[in-house]
Amino acid sequence: MVKLTIDGKKVEVEEGTTILQAAEKLEIPIPTLCYHPLLEPYAACRVCMVELKGETCKLVPSCNTKVAEGMEIETKSERAVKARKLNLELIMARAPAAEKVQELAKEMGIEKTRFEIIDPDEKCILCGLCVRTCEEIVGANAISFANRGKDRMVFTPYGEPSEACIGCTACAFFCPTEAITFEDIHKRLVVHEEMELGPSTAVRVPIRQAVPMVPFIDEDSCIHFKTGECKICERVCEKEAINHEMEDEEIEVEVGSIILASGFKSFDASRIPAYGYGRYENVITALEFEKLVNASGPTSGKILMTNGNEPQAVGIVHCVGSRDKKYNEYCSRVCCMYSLKFAHLLKEKTNAEVYDFYIDMRCFGKGYEEFYHRLMKEGTNFIRGRVSEVTDMPLTEKEEGKLIIRVEDTLLGEIRRIPVDMVILATGLEPGIDQNEIAKVFNISCSQDSFFLERHPKLAPVSTFSDGIFLAGACQSPKDIPDTVAQAGAAASQALALADKGTFELEPITAVINEELCAGCQLCVSLCPFTAINYNAEKGISEINDALCKGCGTCVSACPSGASQQKHFRDEQIFAEIEGIFIE
Amino acid sequence: MTHENFEPKLVGFLCTWCSYTGADLAGTARMDYAPNMRVIRVMCSGRVDPQFVLKAFKEGADGVLISGCHPGDCHYQEGNYKALRRHRLLSKLLEQLGIEKERFRLEWVSAAEGAKFQKVCNEFTEEIRNMGPLNLNGGIHEQAKA
Repeated sequence: MVKLTIDGKKVEVEEGTTILQAAEKLEIPIPTLCYHPLLEPYAACRVCMVELKGETCKLVPSCNTKVAEGMEIETKSERAVKARKLNLELIMARAPAAEKVQELAKEMGIEKTRFEIIDPDEKCILCGLCVRTCEEIVGANAISFANRGKDRMVFTPYGEPSEACIGCTACAFFCPTEAITFEDIHKRLVVHEEMELGPSTAVRVPIRQAVPMVPFIDEDSCIHFKTGECKICERVCEKEAINHEMEDEEIEVEVGSIILASGFKSFDASRIPAYGYGRYENVITALEFEKLVNASGPTSGKILMTNGNEPQAVGIVHCVGSRDKKYNEYCSRVCCMYSLKFAHLLKEKTNAEVYDFYIDMRCFGKGYEEFYHRLMKEGTNFIRGRVSEVTDMPLTEKEEGKLIIRVEDTLLGEIRRIPVDMVILATGLEPGIDQNEIAKVFNISCSQDSFFLERHPKLAPVSTFSDGIFLAGACQSPKDIPDTVAQAGAAASQALALADKGTFELEPITAVINEELCAGCQLCVSLCPFTAINYNAEKGISEINDALCKGCGTCVSACPSGASQQKHFRDEQIFAEIEGIFIE
Repeated sequence: MTHENFEPKLVGFLCTWCSYTGADLAGTARMDYAPNMRVIRVMCSGRVDPQFVLKAFKEGADGVLISGCHPGDCHYQEGNYKALRRHRLLSKLLEQLGIEKERFRLEWVSAAEGAKFQKVCNEFTEEIRNMGPLNLNGGIHEQAKA
């Protein structure tokens, strides 16, 4: 440890600390421009000058001077302040347009620089933060200093767009004077594809409602995975929770039961070209509206069109991809209620006129019908009929510049054209993308609409045809949150019941081999898909392992001597059944 | 010869996981289908012993259906493939016995395909109705005379 005095205050710091860091500990402010705690000190701007008292008695930059035992430092001495002012005036002459420099000058009491201004629009103070960031943090080395003296500047090789640049924009982020601007001419910006709905960083929490609420590193956007450098997050994380070396790993876990909750996929609205999704900017899907209206979303929860204005009229189109033989015949169950929620949010947050186009309003749950009535009172316009088209071709002056929703109002019995500014498509729920592959893995079946098939629609809606595999949520059928929670609870308790019991009851339908009849031909051994049959060479017969036998009976029907029989499905029993069904 | 008043007797061996459940679905969904099918439940279409089919024809069946899970969907992994192989072999044997191979059908009906079960039942019943009753002994006698 090193003891020193700054402005008469004594402080003890670790060896290797700089004067600036020691002063920070004492909360003594020293102005800086080219200093950044994440980068090596550079001492380019020299506005952090302090006076070293004692025998040497000289001016030193505090950012890169290491402390020494017994040092006496004055940060506000006349000499130090004068030196800082002089240096800042020189910087002001170099970069008169830099706002931060002007602010600092004001703080120091400098009104005007006495030196000649060469370029009044210059912002760069040649602090080197950008160059050092690109080299030390990013590791791309895309920019550097060029020339000397008054011609010195930050430059890319030959002044051409740099091939080494990965487009991380870290240099612009570190620049204290906003001298660096960006233009993505190579389309190489490191941003997530969700950018359209608001920016995101490489380290982020997926959504605000995520469980567990922990951030992750998006390898596609992270600078470290592009250049091998950076790791700033690792340096600043005090808990040392970040490890870039971690890799995806496959873990094998032995379990007694499995609950499938693989969820659903939202209907792709661009499959219905007539609704114009993807063609008209202000035709958005329900999920996009959710993000738009979310307080942590791109507009902080304001409902705005792409031009930044609030919509005057909004249309909500129900049953997009649901209840339609061309797409999905089933009702997606949740859309009516979330559409009503949207209508309510629109009424609450905007002055827009809300039109809600429905086929049938399915308010099936507790308090839902009441909510529907409340919305009618709030003044939402409910129009019964399936929307045929969303278009931007106006027929009247009123429709100019609007999106026009064409619909048959089945209550009025006429075709209507309703001009709106924004259209929200209430997209339905579809089975997950790899639903059939999952079903194969777990040896369960899918119903005709490709949702997982439950064991019985009424008596066993949680279990499947495979013992120990249970279903929860929208992978079984479209359902809302309360229903999903209820089903998940049931699935969990069924799985726990199995675990708690500790034993498993086998169906009493296994096959048995009559030792006296078995000739030891081993035909059954090769047929058994569960390797439940072993040949006992000593006795010269085949034997069945009851725990492995699932009772399919394939071996029974193949046994040439009738030695293999299936309990409850013995040959005689089935023969008797055949005889029985012909008795008139 | 017309068989308008002839009601064929059909026996169906249905696997419990797919086809029997599919038939159950047809029932719970209130789908109408020909009442000629008499169903015997087996755990797997692989359990259907060729003897069962012969026994059914002997007892007076005009047609026999074996129905199991779609290929790749067998609850017991490959029982339906065994059924497929046995169906091919047995069809040849039946022809030698004077039983037309159309009277012995194999169909894949999944647990979700109530409608397919309905269709299979109706089609099979119509087909056998057009073919007329199985004249097993008579057929053999006729051959003997000739």
